[in-house]
Amino acid sequence: MYIMLSILVMALVTYLIRVLPLTFFKKKVQSRFIRSFLYYVPYAVLGGMTFPHIFYSTENTLYAAIGTVVAVLLAYFEKGLTTVALASVMAVYLCHILL
Amino acid sequence: MGKQNKAYFKKGFKLGIPIGIGYFSVSFAFGMLAVSSGLSPVLALVISMTNVTSAGQFAGMQVMVLGGTYIEMALTMLIINARYFLMSLSLSQKVSKKLTSLQRALMSFMVTDEIFAVASMEVGAVTGWYWLGLSIMPYLGWSGGTLAGALAAGILPKSLQDALGIALYGMFIAIIIPAAKHSKPIVMTLIIAIGISCVLEYIPVFSHISSGFAVIIVTLIAAGIMAYIAPIEEKGEEEESCISC
Repeated sequence: MYIMLSILVMALVTYLIRVLPLTFFKKKVQSRFIRSFLYYVPYAVLGGMTFPHIFYSTENTLYAAIGTVVAVLLAYFEKGLTTVALASVMAVYLCHILL
Repeated sequence: MGKQNKAYFKKGFKLGIPIGIGYFSVSFAFGMLAVSSGLSPVLALVISMTNVTSAGQFAGMQVMVLGGTYIEMALTMLIINARYFLMSLSLSQKVSKKLTSLQRALMSFMVTDEIFAVASMEVGAVTGWYWLGLSIMPYLGWSGGTLAGALAAGILPKSLQDALGIALYGMFIAIIIPAAKHSKPIVMTLIIAIGISCVLEYIPVFSHISSGFAVIIVTLIAAGIMAYIAPIEEKGEEEESCISC
């Protein structure tokens, strides 16, 4: 019972955070500052989430760094999400096998 | 569904495939951890199917295992997942004006870091069919990975399990680098965000800040500075995104 209720609380809070702005905020934001702010949000979120944490995403920081370089290079040549993601995984895996 | 809707759906579905793969690996770890913390595989699956959030689930499970109160649980989830509020607000400006409240409410269930990131990169408005297509593989990957991890802990070689940890970050890089290539303000946003993120990570005073809360701080400061120094000019009224691009 405790576990089920805890899961319910988890799910409910998480959903409320997601549902409120998207469902009830329908007007176009008039303020140029807020509009610009929201434009930059995804890049700020992704930049901050990726670095420096990508270096600790695998057991060995050196392997993770190699995977990061592979990802950045392929991304620079605009290789697509799946290719970049899998190539970085393969790079780390190969490090495990070869090094 | 009409021909155009089908095209939106297909486009979203394709973009969701790498997210689904990345989710599978992360939720695989969650499934393993949940079982080793004493939850049944079914409960682990229920958590994943009702929450669809990585950091939040790991933290929530921790609260549960330690026998925390419901208030504690609610606060933990609020702090770790508050970033979705910003993402959802950003999306409210991006989704098609034709969507009803119910449709918006249904869509919001799948506001995750990665789905938000991909949908944000759309040139035009985000339609419901696009969102549905985009959500399918991530949802299946997230639920399937949890169950697989819970049932078959330890079957994958350890080195491959470890390597999969980088998958989602690799995807983030595939999103930010091409965008940065074409826009100086985006480069600056990234530099500021990464700088603050490193400060929060490495300066001991900030080390007690949870990762979910750190994302909020980074986002508020970086996007705030950029909105101040490089405001975006008004673009044309809503056009739906081009299907072929």
